[in-house]
Amino acid sequence: MTVTAPERPSLKHRLAERGVDRTLLLLVPGVLFVVLLFAYPVLYGLQLSFQPAEGGSPFANYSTFFSDPYLADTIWTTLRLAIPAALINVLASIPIAYRLRGRFRGKRFLTTILVVPITLGTVLTAEGLKQYLSPVGWFNRILMALGMDEPMRLVPSWTAVLFSLIITGFPFAFLLTLSYLSGIDPTLEQAAATLGADWRRRFRYITLPLLAPGLAITFCLTFVLAFSVFPSAYLVGLPQGETRVMSIAAYEAAFRDGDYPMGSTIAVIMAVVMLVVIALVLAWRSRLYRGATGGKG
Amino acid sequence: MNTAFAELHIDHVSRAFGEHIALRELDLTIKGGEFVALLGPSGCGKSTALNCLAGLLPLTGGQILMDGKRVDTLPPEKRGFGMVFQNYALFPHMSVRRNVAFGLSMRKVARTERERRVDEALRLVQLTDHAAKFPAQLSGGQQQRVAIARAIVLEPRLVLMDEPLSNLDAALRLEMRSEIRRLHQTLGLTTVYVTHDQEEALALADRLVVLRDGLVQQIGSPEEVYAHPANRYVAGFMGYRNLLPVAMSTSDTVTGEGFTLSGVNRDGLTEGAAVAAFRPTDVTVADTEGENTVRAAVEIVEYHGREQAVEARLPGGEALHVRTESRLAPGDEVLFHVPRERVLVFAP
Repeated sequence: MTVTAPERPSLKHRLAERGVDRTLLLLVPGVLFVVLLFAYPVLYGLQLSFQPAEGGSPFANYSTFFSDPYLADTIWTTLRLAIPAALINVLASIPIAYRLRGRFRGKRFLTTILVVPITLGTVLTAEGLKQYLSPVGWFNRILMALGMDEPMRLVPSWTAVLFSLIITGFPFAFLLTLSYLSGIDPTLEQAAATLGADWRRRFRYITLPLLAPGLAITFCLTFVLAFSVFPSAYLVGLPQGETRVMSIAAYEAAFRDGDYPMGSTIAVIMAVVMLVVIALVLAWRSRLYRGATGGKG
Repeated sequence: MNTAFAELHIDHVSRAFGEHIALRELDLTIKGGEFVALLGPSGCGKSTALNCLAGLLPLTGGQILMDGKRVDTLPPEKRGFGMVFQNYALFPHMSVRRNVAFGLSMRKVARTERERRVDEALRLVQLTDHAAKFPAQLSGGQQQRVAIARAIVLEPRLVLMDEPLSNLDAALRLEMRSEIRRLHQTLGLTTVYVTHDQEEALALADRLVVLRDGLVQQIGSPEEVYAHPANRYVAGFMGYRNLLPVAMSTSDTVTGEGFTLSGVNRDGLTEGAAVAAFRPTDVTVADTEGENTVRAAVEIVEYHGREQAVEARLPGGEALHVRTESRLAPGDEVLFHVPRERVLVFAP
């Protein structure tokens, strides 16, 4: 008997082993979409931000932004809105999702009610809030009917913008938190109970540590939503003062002053600030337990 | 910390889920140090009973008394019962050591005492070398042992086990079974063990509680339940695989389609329909026609080493299950014999 060297498999076979086959074609539409409608505009905006309208150094727009307090301060203005909004959304979603996990009658209805604001869109919410909180709106009319002398001045204000961010951002936070919570095996808490932990300690030592990585992601998503706030900051806020957020500055630069490069610069800075916050949150998350949350470990 | 008890009285405990009654008036007294198995198929109410005992499910009727004091009004964390869950329910974000120490930390046991007891518990379940690992890094059997260590480290007055072996493979299951019995004996535990596996229950328990549709069918020692099943249902569960529909002809003979059997009348029937129950192992191949012989056609033969598991067809169409050392082949027309003292006649 002679021993022959094993025949080398065909190229097609070897490629398929590495995941290269005709099903890759299924990715083409997606890749095209991303390149044409996402990658290209982003890169275009990025290079535009380095071409100041008045010429000069490529970094001229960036130095203008950071040397002009009227522009640079928008970073803090935006963070001051987006961070509280995201925190409130995440923190408020925890007890509600905690109570609503599991199965019970009417859960779908309740979940639907909580999620409706997503479908309304930010403009409608802001408009509604503006009417509702205005001096002749229902809110003040009820207060007056209850014996208040003067209507409260609620819009426009920072609080009203925060409110609208909560209305639109909370459903996202709630849905995410609910799904993370549902992924935690309920017998873990039961086990903790039989080991002597009351509900506070069950939450503190079992549920919260397992939920925390999910909360970090939830925070990031609602933070991004809130950070790019525009309609409500304009409609129910003080777009020249306390709620002059970055998107307003970018809009004004690009569309009021016609300075596209400056608008792009502000947009790029926005993206960087968001990425920094997200990177910090994810760095914290990476220190947490992130494995399975089922009972079998 | 938990003092042993003399008697745990489960006093007519019921649990309903809406219209569905999962457990009906379970009345059982467990003595300290006893190993009691709740046995039945899924949906029989055995896990419901265990969860009621643990305090994870409120009762809808009855009460639970420990040495005369009510415990069913206490939340689970105040009962001081240890529980081993079917899926182990190990805390995935904690090391084995922290899992085992969890109950002690909740009870504010001092650090040195805690370490000592955790070490002791880990040694008992032979996991000392794995203390720093996380549950996901352990095999099923090791996870199971962590779950047991976590429950017994508290020296609970009562240990509840919910099908703890059902997720393990056959060899490991046997090993862990002896392990559980050994721990029960050496630590002087009182154990309530839920299972659907009658072999497991017979091997482990001092006393068996057979449940069906939330109702107790029989309570007794393994020997009583095995040799003297209370009704046809318990018989079926205890390995009486042949449950043939028959009609009473005299007080100790019954007739089926194409055969007549003499047996032990367990339910005092005199006429009408009945069930003749006997184990496959009690059936032998007969040479000549006589008392308690039945003719059947062999259909399926399974090889089980020394024995064969044979499924034969009786003249009336019912299956006859036989375990025999005789070599049979499909298609054979065979005369089988069952000793009359091995045939139990029950109400249908």
